[in-house]
Amino acid sequence: MSGAALTVRGLRIGYGGTAVVRGVDLDLAPGRIVALVGESGSGKSVTARALLGLAGRGAEVEAERFELDGEDVRGAGERRWRRLRGAKVGLVLQDALASLDPLRPIGREIGDALRLHLGLRPAAARQRVLELLERLELPHPALTIDRRSGELSGGMRQRALIAAAVVLDPPVLIADEPTTALDVGVQATVLQLLREAADRGTAVLLISHDLAVVSGIADEVLVLADGAVVERGPTAEVLGAPRHPATRALIAAVPTEVPRGVPLLEAARLDDPNAPLPAAAAPPAGSTADSAPILEASGLRRVYRSRGSELVAVDDVSLALRPGRTLGLVGESGSGKTTLARLLLALERPDAGAVRLDGGPWSESSEAARRPDRRRMGAIWQDPYGSFDPRWGVARLLRDALSVGGQESDERAVHELLDLVRLPTAIAASHPLELSGGQRQRVAIARALAARPEILIADEPVSALDVTVQAAVLDLLDELQRERGLAMLFISHDLGVVRHMSDELAVMRHGRVLEHGDAGRLFAAPQHAYTAALIRHSPRLAWGGDAHGPASTR
Amino acid sequence: MRARRIRAIALRLGGALFVLWAVATLTFFAIHLVPGDPAQAILGGPGSQAPQETLDRVRAEYGLDQPLVVQYAAMLGRLLTGDLGTSYSLKAPVAELIGGQLLGTLTLALAALALAWVIAIGLALWSSAPGRVARGVAGAIELTAAALPHFWLATVLIAVFATGLGWLPPVANGGASGLVLPVVTLAVPLAGFLAQLMREHLLDALERPFTVSALARGETASGIRLRHALRHAALPAVQLSGWAIGYLISGAVVVETIFARPGLGRTLLRATELRDVPLVTGVVLVVALVYVLMTVLTDLVAALADPRVRTAAA
Repeated sequence: MSGAALTVRGLRIGYGGTAVVRGVDLDLAPGRIVALVGESGSGKSVTARALLGLAGRGAEVEAERFELDGEDVRGAGERRWRRLRGAKVGLVLQDALASLDPLRPIGREIGDALRLHLGLRPAAARQRVLELLERLELPHPALTIDRRSGELSGGMRQRALIAAAVVLDPPVLIADEPTTALDVGVQATVLQLLREAADRGTAVLLISHDLAVVSGIADEVLVLADGAVVERGPTAEVLGAPRHPATRALIAAVPTEVPRGVPLLEAARLDDPNAPLPAAAAPPAGSTADSAPILEASGLRRVYRSRGSELVAVDDVSLALRPGRTLGLVGESGSGKTTLARLLLALERPDAGAVRLDGGPWSESSEAARRPDRRRMGAIWQDPYGSFDPRWGVARLLRDALSVGGQESDERAVHELLDLVRLPTAIAASHPLELSGGQRQRVAIARALAARPEILIADEPVSALDVTVQAAVLDLLDELQRERGLAMLFISHDLGVVRHMSDELAVMRHGRVLEHGDAGRLFAAPQHAYTAALIRHSPRLAWGGDAHGPASTR
Repeated sequence: MRARRIRAIALRLGGALFVLWAVATLTFFAIHLVPGDPAQAILGGPGSQAPQETLDRVRAEYGLDQPLVVQYAAMLGRLLTGDLGTSYSLKAPVAELIGGQLLGTLTLALAALALAWVIAIGLALWSSAPGRVARGVAGAIELTAAALPHFWLATVLIAVFATGLGWLPPVANGGASGLVLPVVTLAVPLAGFLAQLMREHLLDALERPFTVSALARGETASGIRLRHALRHAALPAVQLSGWAIGYLISGAVVVETIFARPGLGRTLLRATELRDVPLVTGVVLVVALVYVLMTVLTDLVAALADPRVRTAAA
């Protein structure tokens, strides 16, 4: 293929004789964006690193063809790779907060490639960096250039990260999960910058586990499973008519288009792509939008004061949780979602307003008075491992939760709990360290449900999980809600997830609830400009035809 | 912003004053726990054979016949007016005595700190290179160095470089050559501590995603270490340096005695032996003051190097 920026045939990567990538073919052409998708562990990140000669010490990299900008780089040594990195191929990693040196000004980070490859003096490099920052539309380049990544807003530092990779306009740009863990607004910025790079003639390889991100921007999709490409083709074809189960599983994991009540993993129709969508499960009996609330907050306000400055984390928030129903709370990081969760759980005292449980006092009671009712509430947090006592095994963690909740805490009860969250009982003997992320989050859910609570507060419960694992955990939460009639507050920055899970939705920003109402209506006709922007920026599977029919919500 | 800064400074000052008060108090009561009679010390030590009347007269003159609490209050009152008192044994103002010794000890401590940093950076950079051998060797060196007692190290250094090879003088001679062995003695164990701390943070920094980003720009392995990782490793070491000054001055007690170097350490040792309460308290207070100043200084340096510290401490 002439004019290809990167051509790879039969790429194999192994570590100590174990094959991780088994024969990947890849063609990157100027101006095109190719997406490499797959679950974690499918080998996509290793592939990306190998394209820069960064597969790591001890990696055995082999290829039948491996041409970067017309140069055969098979067997290139460290010196040769160093000449290519940054000049012929750039790399963008996720979250700039970790991927830019927090102790160096971004100007220096971006200027590195100029210094290393062109031998530019600091003053000349600075000039070039300023021009680039202007082109990338960073506000106040002359000031920003001397800031460090931690001093910049999310969008700005992500721009800086991309700037550092494209300062020499390399023909190939590799973006490894560039949007993971970012707020939707920042995600949109990153995707737009990648698109612009492609439009200027760069060949872009986008690596992601999130098909919603990929669908809007990629020209071609490669699906990687277990180190091999199982499906490839134009984005619309692959996503519109997936043939391989791995592709279908990835599509199913994007909850945006799956109506509330339909299990995500069944919606995947793993075996038969033409089967009709399963029917949505009926909502639990007696749960309506106007049944009596079990937990009700009114006029909540929480201010953090530190050395004279004030931060209003939660400002005049009122909401109600009802049995069998889910209130979704969505907002960017720093909008006050977690503080609100802590106020509802009475882990913090509001500066104004009150939380009432079953119409009785809750936030205003003393802790001693609250204790008997504590068991009626469960909570799940984003990082389950951080909320476990690290010395305890799973059985001990669950027994502890059972006995604190006033339940029988014998072996049978532990096994019942594990059954409830669809974990094998053998797991009781293991330590959380030995579990996968999904298993750990299930243990966290089991713990939260041990005391048979009526209310469940879930704060970013799936943000740390892989897409397909995320789908399974979401399905589980949904089922448990139906079985037990749980009143749930579901907090996430991911609009797609919240949409799939919620009956009602509240949009939070700067501590205030901007908009609050029926989830379907809010999506169809957002009243607030911010909500509309959030919906617009939220990546959705879009490839023309809609495989799941109209995106209806209950 | 302004009010916040003033409050931060006030807090700092208050903290420093508290440390000085606590040090004076502890020293005062600790020295009274040591058996012996200060009146004897004033009259020239336990061997003076002074008659009972003389002892009584001295006790009355210095207020030593008063209850301990009254003596303590009198000392605090004196210190508040900035008067460190008069040495029992040397019969000279404590401030003057200390002033004459301070420079020598500070030179010794700061030179040792600088040398320890040089050794630690070299060791950390060398041992963070890939490969387990260097890491294991460096680990062993650091552990040994950190565990070496000053008196033993001094003795060995004298035996080898002064007595054996004759390269350096075994005792202080007022010149630079006399400074070498005492500085090395103090620096080596500290370098062990510092290198361990730096290597740990260096390796941690090398694992972070920004290292991969830098490699992907074409940065060299040594560039990664010098431009990125070393900065991350130096920060905690800078913060440890405030503590290190205290450690070095306490080490100076031993080192100055062995190398017969005039300085605060030797003065402190002699004063303690003689139960010279004003001199002991004076020296300890000055050391505490140096320690407090160093801590403030290292915090400032850390804040300059790392904006995250700045925002947290502002």
